Amino acid sequence: MSKILIRGAKVLGGEAQDVLIDGETIARVGTGLPADGATVVEAEGRILLPGLVDLHTHLREPGREDSETVLTGTRAAAGGGYTAVFAMANTFPVADTAGVVEQVYRLGKESGYCDVQPIGAVTVGLEGKKLAELGAMHESAAGVTVFSDDGKCVDDAVIMRRALEYVKAFGGVVAQHAQEPRLTEGAQMNEGIVSAELGLGGWPAVAEESIIARDVLLAEHVGSRVHICHLSTAGSVEIVRWAKSRGIDVTAEVTPHHLLLTDELVRTYNPVYKVNPPLRTERDVMALREALADGTIDIVATDHAPHPHEDKDCEWAAAAMGMVGLETALSVVQHTMVETGLLDWAGVADRMSFKPAKIGRATGHGRPVSEGEPANLTLVDPAYRGAVDPATFASRSRNTPYEGRELPGRVTHTFLRGRATLMDGKLA
Amino acid sequence: MMRHLISAADLTRDDAVLILDTAEEMARVADRPIKKLPTLRGRTICNLFFEDSTRTRISFEAAEKRLSADVINFAAKGSSVSKGESLKDTAQTLEAMGVDAVVIRHGASGAPYRLANSGWIDAPVINAGDGTHQHPTQALLDAFTMRRRLIGRDAGLGQDLAGKRVTIVGDVLHSRVARSNVDLLHTLGAEVTLVAPPTLVPVGVGTWPCEVSYDLDSTLPKSDAVMMLRVQRERMNAAFFPTEREYSRRYGLDADRMAKMPEHAIVMHPGPMVRGMEITAEVADSDRCTVVEQVANGVSIRMAVLYLLLGGNEPAVTNPSSRTEEK
Repeated sequence: MSKILIRGAKVLGGEAQDVLIDGETIARVGTGLPADGATVVEAEGRILLPGLVDLHTHLREPGREDSETVLTGTRAAAGGGYTAVFAMANTFPVADTAGVVEQVYRLGKESGYCDVQPIGAVTVGLEGKKLAELGAMHESAAGVTVFSDDGKCVDDAVIMRRALEYVKAFGGVVAQHAQEPRLTEGAQMNEGIVSAELGLGGWPAVAEESIIARDVLLAEHVGSRVHICHLSTAGSVEIVRWAKSRGIDVTAEVTPHHLLLTDELVRTYNPVYKVNPPLRTERDVMALREALADGTIDIVATDHAPHPHEDKDCEWAAAAMGMVGLETALSVVQHTMVETGLLDWAGVADRMSFKPAKIGRATGHGRPVSEGEPANLTLVDPAYRGAVDPATFASRSRNTPYEGRELPGRVTHTFLRGRATLMDGKLA
Repeated sequence: MMRHLISAADLTRDDAVLILDTAEEMARVADRPIKKLPTLRGRTICNLFFEDSTRTRISFEAAEKRLSADVINFAAKGSSVSKGESLKDTAQTLEAMGVDAVVIRHGASGAPYRLANSGWIDAPVINAGDGTHQHPTQALLDAFTMRRRLIGRDAGLGQDLAGKRVTIVGDVLHSRVARSNVDLLHTLGAEVTLVAPPTLVPVGVGTWPCEVSYDLDSTLPKSDAVMMLRVQRERMNAAFFPTEREYSRRYGLDADRMAKMPEHAIVMHPGPMVRGMEITAEVADSDRCTVVEQVANGVSIRMAVLYLLLGGNEPAVTNPSSRTEEK
């Protein structure tokens, strides 16, 4: 196996060190390490992080290969510094059987760019009525540990309770898309000042908060763990904070776009800003940033949601919800969290690698940058400044809200078990 | 004058007064034996209606024909839209056919804005009502009607609505008419009060330039104009109010309530009216109710808007000096 010497990188933003990769593992970490035949990556001024882990990605395959495939999605992941992604279950057919999750898992293996861990649906067909074969999906080759009806809320309290109880048998977790359906009928954007002016159906914060409140209480009642997808409101933060203080086993994620963008952008009626949950207010954005910094929100997850051009180049009401995020996530986090002083690079590693891997039980990922560990690594140039150009994306879709916007930072190298999937900014 | 008319909020006071004054000129055409001007001869205007509408479409069509424009009427039902064609493709087809302006009615809020700002089409876009967002020509015709009734046809020329008190009653939440009127009436200096049950008042209304009340009876004596909004019966299924009868009792306008209004005050309605629910037949048929005038004024306003947006920079009918004299 080949050797790679990463020379002079700031490991987790700390002291500059050399890291020698030998085969699939980190062989040595130190200073002044000899090249000794290894390929040398000069990394002075760069940050070395454990490979990023995304607990919330939509790869669209099977069924919507016009938006994304496992191959194109994992290439995008590698470009963004990810070495593992969890693929959401709302595919066609829905990933609610062992067969479908094994198919996605196999496609991930074949892609070679990133480990793909399928997420299984909580209910058959995401219909919220009958539990899917959670155990069979866990026992399959895919070894599913995370279950979610993402895109839809498990709104039936009894079904949610049963799912939370059932997955305890094999250490699974239910990831809830918190959206009370009746309160969001016809909703198209955050309910508030802007929606009132634009005449777009309002999506009240309480529709998210009421489900989170219910679910943390359910998790407490049955003694299970629950994960809350894409928190978007200040109120949701308060509920999760209260639940944690009470000892409830809850974890939560926030997307990069909810750390940066607000509903004021919807004034353009540009569907690139149409997303679920919707962009909220400046107050919500600030609360989410603080919560991510203080650990109330555990992780950053992209909710990478690719859509073809025609699904966004239309009037707001007809447009699909979602935005791509794998290739811009780290830049947005650097911009909103690191450059604001809210989080250091060790904190970024914690929220984007260690903790998501722990929540999803992603073996081999989210490990320390230490000798003997799997060489899943990401190298970042934090000094880079440049406008986002969707034409350079590896994702099959281009629905990014950041086109032309200057964001800091660039992932230059990604290593998956010692093999470069991204080398000098180019996919290997 | 702006290039498109998407929202009443986009109009300055001077823009709005210019449109109202121009509409007065246009209204004189309606008094002639031959109700036609050559102003837009050779220009093609497409009425692009994605949502059912009778009175607005006919009003625009009448305005266009009185200005001698060539008119294309496009209804989404039975068209390529029902076969899945997108708004973008439809717009580009019209562009290729060389239309000079597009009047669009769409069920989705923001569709006219997208049409005007996405580079799909170059022609001026006039919003004829989009979702629950805006209906700017409706607001203009309402303001025109108020100015005529409350100030006077000639005395109103060059004037705004400063100090006039307007009450808008009913389903504000789902009303593009209410949104447009709040914006325009504020620009014109009027004081607006919205009256509705709390379930039909939008969250975020606190930033609007108006007052909000849940009590119609206390508002009526302070009103120069009371605008009743149509209440859609299907709203009852969504529990916005308990029963039609209760709504009517609390927010309907009947003769007893009308008697609480100042004598000069008028009753307005954008139509179509649901008689017996938001307004009684007695009120609807009274001399103080301006519904029929609003329809007539709609044609004059739309003539003025089309004329001004399509490049009219000369007085449409009279000359500037005569307009000044009328002040």
